[in-house]
Amino acid sequence: MGQTLRRHFRPEQIRELSLVFLILGVLVFFSTQIPNYLSPRFFNRIASDVAIIAVVAIGQTLVILTRNVDLSVGSIVGVTAYVVGTFLTGNHELHPVLAVAMAIAIGAVLGTINGVLIAYGRVPAIITTLGTLAIYRAALVELSGAKTVVIDAMPRWLQELPGVTLASFAGLDVRLLVLIALAAVIIFQLVLSFTNLGRRLYAVGSNPDGARFAGLPSEQVVFIAFVLCGALSGLAGFMFLARFGNITVVAAQGMELQVIAAVVVGGVAIFGGQGTIIGALLGALLINILQQSLIRWISISAFWIDALLGALILAAVAADALILGRLRNLWARSEVQMTEADEKRVVGADVPK
Amino acid sequence: MARVIQRLKSWEGMLLILLIGVIAFNAWQSPVYLSAQNFVNLFQLSIEKIIVALVMTFVIINGEIDLSVASMMGLAACMLAFLYKAGQPMVLAIVVALFIGLIGGAFNGFWVARAGLPSLAVTLATLIMFRGLARVLLEDRSIGDFPQWFDDLGQQTVIGPFTLSFLIFAVGLVVAIVVLHYTGFGRYVRVIGNSKDVARYSGVQVPRVKMILYSASGLVAALGGVLLAARLGAVRGSTAEGFELDIITIVLLGGVSIFGGTGSMFGVLLSILLILNLRNGMGLLNISGNAQTGVIGALLILSVLVPNIASRLRQSFRTRQAAQAPPPPAVGKAVSAE
Repeated sequence: MGQTLRRHFRPEQIRELSLVFLILGVLVFFSTQIPNYLSPRFFNRIASDVAIIAVVAIGQTLVILTRNVDLSVGSIVGVTAYVVGTFLTGNHELHPVLAVAMAIAIGAVLGTINGVLIAYGRVPAIITTLGTLAIYRAALVELSGAKTVVIDAMPRWLQELPGVTLASFAGLDVRLLVLIALAAVIIFQLVLSFTNLGRRLYAVGSNPDGARFAGLPSEQVVFIAFVLCGALSGLAGFMFLARFGNITVVAAQGMELQVIAAVVVGGVAIFGGQGTIIGALLGALLINILQQSLIRWISISAFWIDALLGALILAAVAADALILGRLRNLWARSEVQMTEADEKRVVGADVPK
Repeated sequence: MARVIQRLKSWEGMLLILLIGVIAFNAWQSPVYLSAQNFVNLFQLSIEKIIVALVMTFVIINGEIDLSVASMMGLAACMLAFLYKAGQPMVLAIVVALFIGLIGGAFNGFWVARAGLPSLAVTLATLIMFRGLARVLLEDRSIGDFPQWFDDLGQQTVIGPFTLSFLIFAVGLVVAIVVLHYTGFGRYVRVIGNSKDVARYSGVQVPRVKMILYSASGLVAALGGVLLAARLGAVRGSTAEGFELDIITIVLLGGVSIFGGTGSMFGVLLSILLILNLRNGMGLLNISGNAQTGVIGALLILSVLVPNIASRLRQSFRTRQAAQAPPPPAVGKAVSAE
C-alpha cells in the first residue's frame, strides 16, 4: 500500500495536494465565520487578483529555480503598465494584440538588462535586481513627470477587457484575463516538466558547479530565465493596466514581496532546484484568499493581515525544511528497495524451471 | 593572501577616489559645504540607517542577510508610540521597544541558526510580519506629541555640533571596527562567512555566533527606530518602510561580499560617506530624491560589475602571457587577510 502510494506520488505532489487541502480548509473555516462568504463575486475577485500575481510568480519561479532572485519585478510591472497606458492614451487605434506584444517586449528588454548583468557580468542577482528595482522605478518617476494614466483616456476595448467573460456558471465567470494567466501557468509548467530548458533550469539551480561540469550552458540558462521573467512581468503589467486602469508612478510598488511570498509558500526552494509553477499558483491563491477573507472577518482587525501573512510564509518554509526533507529521504529509500525488488523479480522470471 | 589585501586596497582606494571627487565637486558648488555644521547635517538625515548598517555589515560578512531591519525599526517606533499613548512612562516605552528588538532579532536567529532555514526566506517573512505587527499597534493613526526631552534626544546637540544619534554612531563605529577586526568573535564571523562547514569542523559554534548577530541586529534596528521616532517627532505604521534597501546598499557598496567572508568596516565607512555626500551633492543640483535612489542603485551594480570586468580582462591577459599558471579565481571566497 505504502509502496504503491509512493509509486504514484512524489513528495512535491504531496506538498501541492496539502496546499489544495489547506485552501479548502481555509474556505470552509471562513464560510462558517462570514455570512454570505462563498459568493460568486468573491471568487471572481480572487481570480482577477491572483491572475496578475500568478503571471509574475511564473517568471519568479523560473528565476528562483536557477538559484537567483528577481527583486525588480514590481518595478517592471509598474513601468510596463505606465508606458503602455500612456501610449494607448494617445493611440486608440492600436490593435489589442500589438498592445500586449508591446507590454511583453518592454518587460523582456528590462529582463534582458537584468540577465546580461547577472549571467554575463557575474553581478549577483540580489545586487543587480536590488539596483534595477530602484533604477527602473526612478526612471519611471523622472520621465513621467508624475502624471497619471487615467482609465477614461483608454481605448474602449481596454476599458471593457477586465469584464470580458467567455463563460459563466452560476455567477462564476471565466474571464479572459484569468484564462490568459491560466494558459501561461499551464504552458510554463509543461515547459518545466517536459523540455530541455526545464530540466536545465532545475539542474543549474540544484547544483551550479555540477551543471557547469556537465557542460550545460549555465550562463545562457540563467539569462533566459531572467528574460522570461521580465517578459512575463511585462504581460502582468498589461493585465495590471487593464484591471486597474488608473496607473500612477508608484503602481505595483512592493509587488516583488507578494510574489516571492507566493512562490515560497508554493514550495519553490529559495536556494533553487526545487518547486513547480502549479505550486507557485497555489501559493498565490492561498495568500490571496487569506487576505480577502481577513478583510471581511469582523472578529479580527484587518490590520492583522500582514502579521499573519509573515507567519504563514515562515510556517511554509519551516514545514518544507522539516517535513519535506524527511519525506524525500523516505522516498529515496523506498525507491532503492523497489528497484532491488524489481530486479529480483526479473531475475527470478528468467530462471528456467 | 597578498592578493586579497591588494583587492581590498583597490576597492577602498576606488571608493576613496570617488569620495574625494564628490566632496570636491560639492565644495565647488556650494561655499558652505565644507563647514562642520553641514557635515553634521549630512549625517543627521540618515543617521538611523547608517547605525543599522554597522550591524548589517556583520550579518552579511557572516554569509547571511537580514531583510527585516526596517520593519523592526518601524515596529519598535510603533511600540514606543503605542505604549506612550497608553499612558506608560516614556522611559519604560523605550526599554520595551528595545526589548522587542532583541526578541524579534532572536526570533530571526532561532529560525536561521537553530532550524537552519535560509535567511533570505526567514527575514522576508519577518519583514512582512514585523511590519504587520506595527500596523496592528497603530492601525492608521499617526502618533506624536512626545515629551520635550524625547524630541530633544533626536534633534538637540549634545557635545559641540553633535547630536546623540551621531555620538551613538561614532561609538558604534569604533566598537564595530574593534570587534570585527581585532577580536576572536570577529574572526569567527568571517570564518563562518567563508565556509560554514570549515568553521563547524574547526569547533566554531556557528549557531551561537549567528544567534548573537541576529539578536544584535534586531536590538540595534530597534534602537534606530527609537532614534528615528525622536528625530521625526511622530510615528505611523509605515515609519522606516523600505529602509532595508538603503541599508543593504550601503554595506554592499562598501565592498562586503554578498556571499560572505570578505569585507571591512573601513570600506563600509567610506561607502557611508560616499552615499551621504553623493545624495547631498545631487540635492545641490536639484536632483529629486527618487532619481538619487536610482543613481545609487546604478552605483551599486557598477561597484560589482567594474571590478568583475577588470579581473576578467586581467585574467585573459595573463592566460595569453601564459608565463605562470594563475591560481583558481578566488572571487568572494578568499580566506580572510588577518
